[in-house]
Amino acid sequence: MGAPKKSGGGRVSVSEDSDELVRVPLQAILLADSFNTKFRPITLECPKVLLPLVNIPMINYTLTWLESAGVEDVFVFCCAHSKQVIDYLDKSGWLSQPNFSVTTIESHNSVSAGDALRLIYERNVIHGDFVLISGDTVSNMSLTQALAEHKERKKKDSNAVMTMVIKRSKTNPVIHQSRLGTEELFMAIDPDTKQLLYYEERTDLSKGILHLDKSLLADNPSLTLHHDKQDCYIDICSPEVLSLFTDNFDYQHLRRHFVKGLLVDDIMGYKIFVHEIHSNYAARIENFRSYDTVSRDIIHRWTYPMVPDVMNYGNTATKLERQGMYRASEISQSQSAVIGPFTVIGFGTKIGNNTIISDSVIGKGCKIGSNVCIKGCYIWDHVTIEDGCKLNHAIVCNEVTLKSGAILEPGVILSFKVVVGQEFVVPPYSYVSLLQQPVEEDSDEELEYADSTSVITSRVDKSDEEDASEVPDTHISSVSELGMGGVGYIWQKYEDNEDSRDDFFEREVEATFLRAVNENIQEDHLILEVNSLKLSCNKLTADCAGALFYAMMKYAVDTPHISLDGLMQNVKAVLTKWKKALRSYLTDIDEQIEIILKFEEICLESAKEYAPLFTKILLYMYNEDIIEEDAILSWEDEKRDADEADKVFVNKAQDLIQWLKVAEEEDE
Amino acid sequence: MIMDFQVVVLAGGVSKKLLPLVSKEIPNALLPVANRPVISYVLELLELSNLKDLIVVVEGEDAALHVGGWISAAYADRLHVEVAAVPEDVGTAGAIRAIAHHLTAKDILVVSGDLVSDVPLGAVAATHRRHDAVVTAMLCSAPVSGPSESGSSGGKDKTKKPGRYNLIGLDPTQQFLLHIATGAEVEKDLRVQKSILRAAGQIEIRADLMDAHLYAFKRSVLQEVLDQKGTFHSLKHDVLPYLVRSQLKSEALLNGISQVEENGTEKIIAQSSQQMLSQILANASEQTFHQRYVLGPNGTSFRKTHKCCVYIAGSNKYCARLNSIQAYSDINRDVIGEANHLSGYSFSAHNNIIHPSAELGAKTTVGPHCMLGEGSQMGDKCSVKRSVIGRHCRIGANVKVVNSVVMNHVTIGDCCSIQGSVICSNVQLQERAVLKDCQVGAGFVVAAGSECKGEILAKK
Repeated sequence: MGAPKKSGGGRVSVSEDSDELVRVPLQAILLADSFNTKFRPITLECPKVLLPLVNIPMINYTLTWLESAGVEDVFVFCCAHSKQVIDYLDKSGWLSQPNFSVTTIESHNSVSAGDALRLIYERNVIHGDFVLISGDTVSNMSLTQALAEHKERKKKDSNAVMTMVIKRSKTNPVIHQSRLGTEELFMAIDPDTKQLLYYEERTDLSKGILHLDKSLLADNPSLTLHHDKQDCYIDICSPEVLSLFTDNFDYQHLRRHFVKGLLVDDIMGYKIFVHEIHSNYAARIENFRSYDTVSRDIIHRWTYPMVPDVMNYGNTATKLERQGMYRASEISQSQSAVIGPFTVIGFGTKIGNNTIISDSVIGKGCKIGSNVCIKGCYIWDHVTIEDGCKLNHAIVCNEVTLKSGAILEPGVILSFKVVVGQEFVVPPYSYVSLLQQPVEEDSDEELEYADSTSVITSRVDKSDEEDASEVPDTHISSVSELGMGGVGYIWQKYEDNEDSRDDFFEREVEATFLRAVNENIQEDHLILEVNSLKLSCNKLTADCAGALFYAMMKYAVDTPHISLDGLMQNVKAVLTKWKKALRSYLTDIDEQIEIILKFEEICLESAKEYAPLFTKILLYMYNEDIIEEDAILSWEDEKRDADEADKVFVNKAQDLIQWLKVAEEEDE
Repeated sequence: MIMDFQVVVLAGGVSKKLLPLVSKEIPNALLPVANRPVISYVLELLELSNLKDLIVVVEGEDAALHVGGWISAAYADRLHVEVAAVPEDVGTAGAIRAIAHHLTAKDILVVSGDLVSDVPLGAVAATHRRHDAVVTAMLCSAPVSGPSESGSSGGKDKTKKPGRYNLIGLDPTQQFLLHIATGAEVEKDLRVQKSILRAAGQIEIRADLMDAHLYAFKRSVLQEVLDQKGTFHSLKHDVLPYLVRSQLKSEALLNGISQVEENGTEKIIAQSSQQMLSQILANASEQTFHQRYVLGPNGTSFRKTHKCCVYIAGSNKYCARLNSIQAYSDINRDVIGEANHLSGYSFSAHNNIIHPSAELGAKTTVGPHCMLGEGSQMGDKCSVKRSVIGRHCRIGANVKVVNSVVMNHVTIGDCCSIQGSVICSNVQLQERAVLKDCQVGAGFVVAAGSECKGEILAKK
């Protein structure tokens, strides 16, 4: 070793050289498919990433940010409506940028982000660290620091495969949602290393305890639990992430499967870290609520430079005027029209007399008549609003027509080309589309594109769908849901099902049980089927016990009965018949407690008929050896410190509990 | 302000964990640390904070007599101490129940009699008052247990982890206690209430802190909890976790008679504005999460909360509890070693204390961090390192004492070697006895030439 080499300058140049040798341009994978159905009905016709956000298709925000953050090579993964996305990128010039290469990868059979990443892995195009982002993200953060941290960690520990970007956000305590409409998120983070130790989204609100494995604390003297952070869905990943998806072919969802899988698996020891941003902006548009929130943030310039007048997308310039008003050119506006602050008006839009617009975004080429009132709305391009309409917090897609006097109540979504009839009042939170609502055959995990074709064909045989809108003059037989001259279907809301359990697993178990009852299937087979459901849904035995018990009680209450005695007879019959199946999930005391808790829940919510029978049935189950006395006693114990409201049933069962306690003492 | 506090010192009785060091004559509280009873450390700490009205609670009548006798002799003119005897094994909660009729002040400071610390108690009381908390617990860094071997095994220390005593959840400002796991729970999975996490937004879980068993309680709340929860046995394991758990739904606690008593004639509605006022007085810029939670989304008060606060002792403060034999050795070592300001003695230039009346033989060396009590005699060529030797001991020639505690009136024959051991009073070690990591109970005779390692030697 010569002296010059040892000197500082020499070393730097050497390391730079070695960096240069392995240097690969910073790459990014942009998922131009959200793999969910939150934006239906709009996404049946148009891919989510092309939906206009303050008059600019969403994907532009993401691509512009990637370009400004120093990414040189972007792979856009298109699945739903891939043709539209590719055409758009081509037309808008993204595919022919000089120093920013955008490559599209098309797939027709990917149903999840996992599939997408597996496909990209097969293509073998990612050679170094990459940014994983979906095409509906708006951000202005600088990647430099996060990237440097990621590389630094990677150098020390090759298992540090991912850095997630998070941001502070307080969840509303009443609705358990953040400002962006995302569900609450619990995380545990090592405060020193910023390693992510625990990640829980889609929390079960009924469970009041956050359960962390003791091994998490074994190595750390401290950890921080967070409920005040939001996941920005911007990830810096090492190439291993792709191979991990390939190795674990059942990983579908980036968070629910991949992140959880990595955190739970302690054999491979892969680690995920977080990078918190403070003053920068990053948010993903996941649902209509965040669409609204992010739009407002853009108009209020939190996302600068991602604001309409700077991005000046296309050939029309938008100017910022006082009070946060953005106006494109060639607007014709009546003297008497009042346009309030924080409003965006697109190119070539015409606004009639005495029209009032506030806090809204209006696209290009819209025709708005006289005496119209628009408040907090997102009106896309070429929309025609006739005189006297009132719009309140609605999203109105391209080429919609509102006939004179139509009223949109808050939360209405009108998809492309819908026509609302004269003086028709669209009820609050309705989704209206030209396409009929797809039959809800599978759960939330389906694809945007999946039934865009099938729906159109099925539309023909539509005759008398539910008449959700009680319009007196329904003489136009085909499309009369939207009043005189209206075109479109009002979708039924599936969120408002009387059955509020969104748990796929419970529903499946219930269906399985009913099948077993109706087709007289043997108990062993029922157990086998429930077991397979347990494995496929990754549930615990206690969940099986709870779900099966629920199914039984539901069946008992659904079986016709006249009095409480009749109901009791039903319960006895069901429990006696299927005792064995239920018992096979009740080997442990915890599972028995789960059943009692479930029973309480049933009595409180789904089948209040049971409430007077609570103690009786509990005693019956005890006598039938379905639950043991220890379970009842620990249940009581668990409830000791609960709110009085939660103790209703404990108090009801107090006689039984006392009796058990006395019996226990006598035994001794 | 501090005079409003009533102090209860829980001096315990004769703890099984400390056998054979303790006995009816020498209960826990009188166990000597650097040649003075351990309870004197707490009493002097209280005196330093001007807390002079104390109730010392001792388990067992005999033990109470001994403790009371010693305190009245030592502190007759300095402190006003009442010694109360409670039955054995009533637990700390039971002890408070038993003396409840003595408690009248607004707030109660409960101190464990085995605490050796230099944390300013006034600061703990002030924290308690500032937040109007129902309980304030003092936390300190969990001690690194075991002898700190110097020199050769220095590398080992790095791998040594501090013991786990508690899992403690704090809010980001480190003022409020949001979660606590004690005892066996520490080794189990962590179970945190989501409602508290939701309200606070962030909880820092710390495994490196220890609950020092020094609490300030609001008296009305403490008494109500003790009355209502008859099964609660321990302040640390039952009462404190219960208060922490129920801090966001405390209606059961505070709306009874005590609430009226607390607020006098004030209406409950006025309470939220009163809280705001106290917040402003507390000079805080932001509302704490308790208040936000109480006020609810539309500013109306719909829930009752109470606050559990913490006072975290600075890392430069000493804080340890004498509740195991290991702790006894550690505390003795520390009080004459790194935390020697606690001992109350002035150290010589050699960093040790040799009583003027002690006699040393020729070529005998007493190293730094050592203490040699009044009237003790040592023969020739002895060596003492990092050890405490009590009063009136007779030590022969060629004796080695390392990392050990030798109490009073101990006779040690020639050529004995004592390492890492505790020798109680009136023990006789005959020649050439070799003890390593042993505890020898009072009055025991160790035969000549015996070699013991890691044993407990005591009279049957």
